[in-house]
Amino acid sequence: MHMADALVSPAVGGAFWAVAAGTIAYCSARVRKDLDDRKVPLMGVLGAFVFAVQMINFTIPATGSSGHLGGGLLLAILLGPSAAYLTIASVLMVQALFFADGGLLALGCNIFNLGVFPAFIAYPLIYKKLVGCEPRQTRMVTAAIIAAVVALQFGSLGVVLQTVASGVSALPFKAFLLLMQPIHLGIGVVEGVVTALVVSFIYQARPEILESVLKERPLGNMPTKSLLVAFLVATVLIGGVLSWFASENPDGLEWSIAKLTGSEELPETTAKRHTELANIQEKTAILPDYALPAVNDHDEGATRTATSKRVGTSLSGIVGGTITLVICTLIGVLLRKRTSAQQVK
Amino acid sequence: MSHHIVHVKNLHHTYPDETVALRDVSFLIQHGESVGIIGANGAGKSTLLLHLNGYLSATSGEIIIGDDQLSKATLPEIRRTVGMVFQDPEDQLFMPTVYDDVAFGPLNLGLSPDEIEIRVMQALERVGAVELRDKPPYHLSGGEKKRVAIATVLSMLPEILVLDEPTSGLDPHARRQLIALLQAFHHTRIVTSHDLDMVLELCERTIVLHDGKIMADGSTLEIFNDNELLKICRLEKPFAMQGCPICSPDRKPLPTLPPLVPPHSNKPHDHDH
Amino acid sequence: MLAIDGSFLDFKQLDLLALRQTPVHHLDPRAKVLTTFCFIVCVVSFDRYQISAMLPFLIYPAALMAVGDLPFGYILRKIIIVIPFALLVGLFNPIFDRQVLMQIGSLDIWGGWISCISILIRAILTASSAIILVAITGFPAIIEALEKLKMPKTFAIQLLFLYRYIFVLTDEGVRTARARQLRTFGNRGLGIRHFGSLVGHLLLRTWERAERIHMAMLARGFAGEVHSTRRQSHFGRAERLFMGGWITLFILLRLYNVPQLLGGLFTGTMP
Repeated sequence: MHMADALVSPAVGGAFWAVAAGTIAYCSARVRKDLDDRKVPLMGVLGAFVFAVQMINFTIPATGSSGHLGGGLLLAILLGPSAAYLTIASVLMVQALFFADGGLLALGCNIFNLGVFPAFIAYPLIYKKLVGCEPRQTRMVTAAIIAAVVALQFGSLGVVLQTVASGVSALPFKAFLLLMQPIHLGIGVVEGVVTALVVSFIYQARPEILESVLKERPLGNMPTKSLLVAFLVATVLIGGVLSWFASENPDGLEWSIAKLTGSEELPETTAKRHTELANIQEKTAILPDYALPAVNDHDEGATRTATSKRVGTSLSGIVGGTITLVICTLIGVLLRKRTSAQQVK
Repeated sequence: MSHHIVHVKNLHHTYPDETVALRDVSFLIQHGESVGIIGANGAGKSTLLLHLNGYLSATSGEIIIGDDQLSKATLPEIRRTVGMVFQDPEDQLFMPTVYDDVAFGPLNLGLSPDEIEIRVMQALERVGAVELRDKPPYHLSGGEKKRVAIATVLSMLPEILVLDEPTSGLDPHARRQLIALLQAFHHTRIVTSHDLDMVLELCERTIVLHDGKIMADGSTLEIFNDNELLKICRLEKPFAMQGCPICSPDRKPLPTLPPLVPPHSNKPHDHDH
Repeated sequence: MLAIDGSFLDFKQLDLLALRQTPVHHLDPRAKVLTTFCFIVCVVSFDRYQISAMLPFLIYPAALMAVGDLPFGYILRKIIIVIPFALLVGLFNPIFDRQVLMQIGSLDIWGGWISCISILIRAILTASSAIILVAITGFPAIIEALEKLKMPKTFAIQLLFLYRYIFVLTDEGVRTARARQLRTFGNRGLGIRHFGSLVGHLLLRTWERAERIHMAMLARGFAGEVHSTRRQSHFGRAERLFMGGWITLFILLRLYNVPQLLGGLFTGTMP
C-alpha cells in the first residue's frame, strides 16, 4: 500500500525525499553512463505499460477478490536495477500527481518502499541469483515468487516504520506490523505468480529480451553489496536520528516555532519542557497533545479545570471552524464569479 | 546536392532467425521522382525502407544516397537527407508538444535557437499545422497527427521523403488532404502502401515486391493494367480503375469464399448510389 | 461503458484542464510547485489532534479552483477516491487511542476520533492541492520546473516519455480489456492465467513500440541525448507575489489558530 501525506510527518517525509532524490540522481548517472540509448524510450514506454496494466484487474484464485499487478519486480527483470528504479519512481510520481495516490510529501517514502526493495534487493540479490545466467522456466517462476514476497515484505515494513515514526496514526508498531505483514505476504505471492506468468510468456515469445538484461554487468563497477550496505547505514542513521528527534521533540516544527517566537532557551528538564510545549500547544491547537501527562496527572484539580477549559476552547473551535469554512467557500464562490465574468468579457 | 539519387544495388537481407526478407533488390531513383513500392504483407516493403536510412544494415549489396555510399561514417548525413515518416504517428511523435517534436531533429543537428524556430515554423506552415504548435500530440486527430509527423521530418530539410503507409487509418477527408499535401512536394518521394488508389494518384512509377524480390518496376499505369502480375503478387487493381463491381456493364461475379458459419442472417445486398 | 474506460477518461480530463487560460495557469510552474509543497508541509506539520487550525488552509484549494476555473465536482470526485486509503489507517485510531479528550454533554470524545478526523482533513487538503497543481500547471510544465530545480535530466526525460505514452498504452490496455470483457459474459475478474498471457501480449506490443520509437528517434538524428527546446519562462513579480503571499499566509495560519480566535470572538471564551 502507498504511504499517504495524511499519515506522514514533515520530518519523515523530508528524510525520505532526500533518500529518494539521492538514489534517483545516482541511478540517472548510471543509466546515462550505460550508453544504451535504446533504454531512453524503453523505460518511458514500460512505465506507461505498468500504468495500463494496473487498470486491468484479475481474480485472485480461491478468494474471489480482484487485484492488479504492482509491476516493480517485472520492471527490474526487464530493465535491470537502475533503469527499473527510475521507471518505478516515475510511475509513482505520476500517480501522486494525477491521482493524489500517496501524495507529494509521501512520495519519497513510496519511492523508497516500492522502488529500492524490488530494484536493488529482490531483483539482484534474489531473482538473479536464483535464475543464474541460463534462465529456465521453473526456476524463473520460483525466483519471481520469492523475490516478490521479499520485496513486498520489506516494502510494507517500510510503511509501518514510516507511519509509526510519523506519529499521526495511533496504531502501535506491533499491531500495525501484525496487520500489514500477513496481508502483504498474500499480495507478494500473487504479485510473484503474475510476474512469473508474464515473464515466462515473454521468455517463450522473445527470449532475447530477458537474456540481454541478465547478462548485463551488475550495476557497473559498483558492487550491489556495497550499495546495499550504504542503504542500510543510511536507513539506520535516518531512523535513529528521527526517532531521537521524535522522542525529544514531539513535534519538530512546534519546537522550531518555540525558538522562533523567542520563548527562552531550550528547557532543561523534561517536565519543564512539557509545560513549555503544552503552553505553545494551547496557543496553536484546540486540544492539547494527549502525550503530555505531566500536566494532567500531577494535579487532579488542574485536570478538571483543564477539561472544562478544553470544552470551552473546543466549543469556540467548532464555532470558529464553521465560520472559517463559510468564509473559505464564500471567497471561492466570489473569485469564481469574477473569473467567469472576466472570461465572458 | 542537385542529383539526389537513390541507388540500391543487389541488396540482400536475411534476419537473424534466417528469414530471407530481400533477395537481390536493385533500383535507381532519380531526383524528383515519386515512386510507389507495393506488395502483399510480408513482401519486404518495410525491410527495404529501414535500409534506406541505415536502421538495418544489408546482409550484402550496397546503397548509395546522393554521392555517399551508406556506411557508418555517412549515416548522420544520410539520415538528414532521407526523411522517414513512419506508419504510426504515435511512434513518431514522442515529445510533449508538437513544437518540441518538430524541433527534435533540428536540435540534434545542433542548430541555433533562432534557426530552429524558423525551421519549425516553416515546417508547420508547410503542412498547415501552425495553430497546433503548443498542443500535446495525443490531443490531435488522426489526420493532424499524420501531418505533424511529416513536419517533424520536413524541419530537417530532407531531399528525399520516405513514407510508410501514409494514408492508413485516415478518414476520407483527411486522406484527401494528405494526398494533396504530398502532391505539392517537390522532394524525391518513396511511398509504400496498400492504398493503391493513392499510389495511382501520387506516383508515376511503381516497384512491385513479392517475396523479397522485385517483380516489376515501371510505369504505375502499366503495372496496374497487368492483371496477371497483380494476381501473382496478391494485389488488385485500384478501385479507380475497376469501375463499380456491382453495376458496371462488364460486371464479373465477385470471387466468393466459402462461408465460415451457416448464413442464417444473410441479408440482401443493399445497393444504392 | 466499462469502469476502466471511465478511469481513463478521467485521467484525460485532468490533463485537458491544464490547457485553460487563466492567470494562475500562466504563472511560472516553479512558483506553483514550491507553493504547493509549502502548503503540504504546513498542513502535515500539525499535531495529530488538530482539527480547527487546519480548516483555514482550505482557502488555498478553494481560491485556486475558483481562479483556475476548475470544475469543483470533478476535483471533489477525485479526492473522494483517494480518501479511503488514508482513512483505513485513521479508523484504527479510535480503537487504540481511547483517552477522553473532551466531552459533549455526557458523550466522551476519544482522542482517536479526533485524530481520525484530523487525518481525514489532512487527506482532503493534501490530495486537493496535488490534483489542483496538475490542473493549473500541466504535467510537462511541472517536470520542467523540477528540472530547473535540479532534478536529473535523465529522470526528467523518463517522466516525459512515460507521460507521453500513458495515453497511448492505457488506450491499448482499455481496448484489450474491452475485447476480453465482451467475450466473457459478465465474469468480472480475469483468471490469473489468462491475465498472464493478455499482459504478456500487451508487453510485447509495448516493447515493439519502444523499438519503433527508437527507430523514429534515430531517423531524426538522435545520438543518446535528448535536447529540450524549453522556452524561457519568467520568474517575475507575479510569481514572487503569488509565492510570497501564499507562503506568508500558510505560516500565519500555522502559527495562529484562526478559527479558535474567531470562535472566541463569537462565544466570548477567549482561550
